[in-house]
Amino acid sequence: MNDHARFERRRRILYAWMLLSPALILLSRFAFIPTATTLWASLFSRGTRRNPSEFVGAGNYADLFADPTFAKVAVNNLIYAGVTIPVSIVIALAMALWANSRIAGRGFVRTAYFTPTMLPMIAAANIWLFFYTPGLGVLDQIGALFGFGSVNWLGRPETALWAVIIVTIWKEAGFFMIFYLAALQTIPPDLKEAADIEGTSRWTYTRRVVLPLLMPTTIFVAVNALINSVKLIDHLFILTKGGPSDASKLVLYYIWELAFAFFDRPQAAALTVMVLVVLGIVAAIKFTILDRRTHYQ
Amino acid sequence: MTTPAEAPFVSVEGITKAWNGQLGVRGISLEIPRGAFVALLGPSGCGKSTTLRLIAGLETPDRGTIRIDGRDVTAAPASSRGLSMVFQSYALFPHLDVAENVLFGLKVRRVPKAEQRVKLQQALEMTGLTGLERRKPGAISGGQRQRVALARAIVAGHPLCLMDEPLSNLDAKLRHSVRRDIKKLQRDLAITVIYVTHDQTEAMSMADMVVLMKDGEIEQAGRPVDLYEQPASTFVAGFVGSPPMALIDAHHLPEVARVAGTEPVFGIRPEHLWLAETGKGRIRGVITHCEYMGSETFLSFEAAGTHGLTVRLPGEVRKAVGEVAELSFDLSHLHMFDKSTGYRMASSRPKTAHPERSHQPYPTEEMT
Repeated sequence: MNDHARFERRRRILYAWMLLSPALILLSRFAFIPTATTLWASLFSRGTRRNPSEFVGAGNYADLFADPTFAKVAVNNLIYAGVTIPVSIVIALAMALWANSRIAGRGFVRTAYFTPTMLPMIAAANIWLFFYTPGLGVLDQIGALFGFGSVNWLGRPETALWAVIIVTIWKEAGFFMIFYLAALQTIPPDLKEAADIEGTSRWTYTRRVVLPLLMPTTIFVAVNALINSVKLIDHLFILTKGGPSDASKLVLYYIWELAFAFFDRPQAAALTVMVLVVLGIVAAIKFTILDRRTHYQ
Repeated sequence: MTTPAEAPFVSVEGITKAWNGQLGVRGISLEIPRGAFVALLGPSGCGKSTTLRLIAGLETPDRGTIRIDGRDVTAAPASSRGLSMVFQSYALFPHLDVAENVLFGLKVRRVPKAEQRVKLQQALEMTGLTGLERRKPGAISGGQRQRVALARAIVAGHPLCLMDEPLSNLDAKLRHSVRRDIKKLQRDLAITVIYVTHDQTEAMSMADMVVLMKDGEIEQAGRPVDLYEQPASTFVAGFVGSPPMALIDAHHLPEVARVAGTEPVFGIRPEHLWLAETGKGRIRGVITHCEYMGSETFLSFEAAGTHGLTVRLPGEVRKAVGEVAELSFDLSHLHMFDKSTGYRMASSRPKTAHPERSHQPYPTEEMT
């Protein structure tokens, strides 16, 4: 009997590992092992035929901190994340609240809001490239109606990053709206009625009931927006290629440049590791502090 | 209280509400005295919840007026009507704890903190929730959630409380005890309660006045005893009472005289029937069900020209299903309805054609 229980226990453990193995193998091969090799590679110098690669410890990291482009790129990415995340969340929430209310043509509104999400980022970037084109672009044509001169939105250091930011927000807000819309539909309508009977204004109801109940969605969306602010750089290739003079260069684009344009793999690895550390810290904060203060149904 | 005692506290005059041509309620008129416990009773889809929501101000009537405490509130928003409501789902805010849920309305109206604390304590004590203040609705039982909804309804001290099937999510045993708690609460606070239910036992046991609805109209309104003893129609007869009244076609009771030119149908309550010796009964039938309840037994019969024939007998009755038996009753216990309309006929008690078999003449009663 006791033997049987032990056997049963072992069988369950084996079963668990068998069920875990497909995901484990794939994640190991394509995520964990590359992460480890990246970390390893970031500790060695760039090898040439004359100087073979050697262990330099934190040398690559020190070089990065001394690199003015790195500072520029990091600041750019902070501005980029700091603007795109809150703005796209606020717009997504506003659109969801509107598309969820009882209005005529609600289906059309929802579809219209969702359209940018369905486009590939490259296609969206091409559309915006046309909008931004000096002289011919839609923006300039509208500007001309009001007597403004032509502006090279993507070609000037002062406006390039902001032009990229606007494309990102345009692309992401509709996507996040879908999550908010789904979450709004899980809020039972009688909560609104209970609040109405107590004389709650629409704003108070939104602030005290709707927003707290949307908190899990907001966290999910914020994490996604943060990840996208680091990884979604397709439009840079079309719009600005990081220029002019690094004004719109983001971290991942710089990593790509280091690795595949300048062929400085160790430097790129070191930058990758730093990005992973920052994202890891954010994830830890999300799972500990924010989750504890959020109501999950 | 400035209004005279006889003036109704809540008065509903001819309210009609339809959605896309589908009628919710039509021409409902109702007067509810102050401090009354009124049950809106009826099968699902009869318009009882719609009536409640119209009174609450969650819907606006197409026609008619609603007055609360003498004030016309037909177009007034829910919050200005001075009422509270208990929802079927309780509608508790899942992210707020018990205390915050109860105080939600007071906080919205910016009642001073000290007053909030006092009222919270009172409400929690009355509903037996003390000690659960910091729990979220998800972390308490269904019965406790129901009491949180009650506490939230009474904390504001509104004189009118509307309840929409508040017990339908509770198990049978709990339902019985909460029924008493609600009734006691209503009496202690001297509030007027309008209570929607589809359960006639709830309505009969709690209400001072039962309003039975059918297809968006009021079928009968009155004291529970009126509905039970003087059902206005075969629908009322069949809805009130458990098991309900049996209906017998007139030509199966030849000994009962008919009013000329009418085709009546008779009703009889299970407790007014008894088993008769063979050859001496008024109805012969086959036993189809035998339900032993402990203190009593219900025997259901199938007999020509009858519908829902059930007899209530004390204690245990040893009868087999399929057995043929005869039933008898006192003619004075018969209720007479018009067969075509289903309404109670004016001479509420049938006269007997066989005086020798009749019992005490029934005192003629006026319909209320």
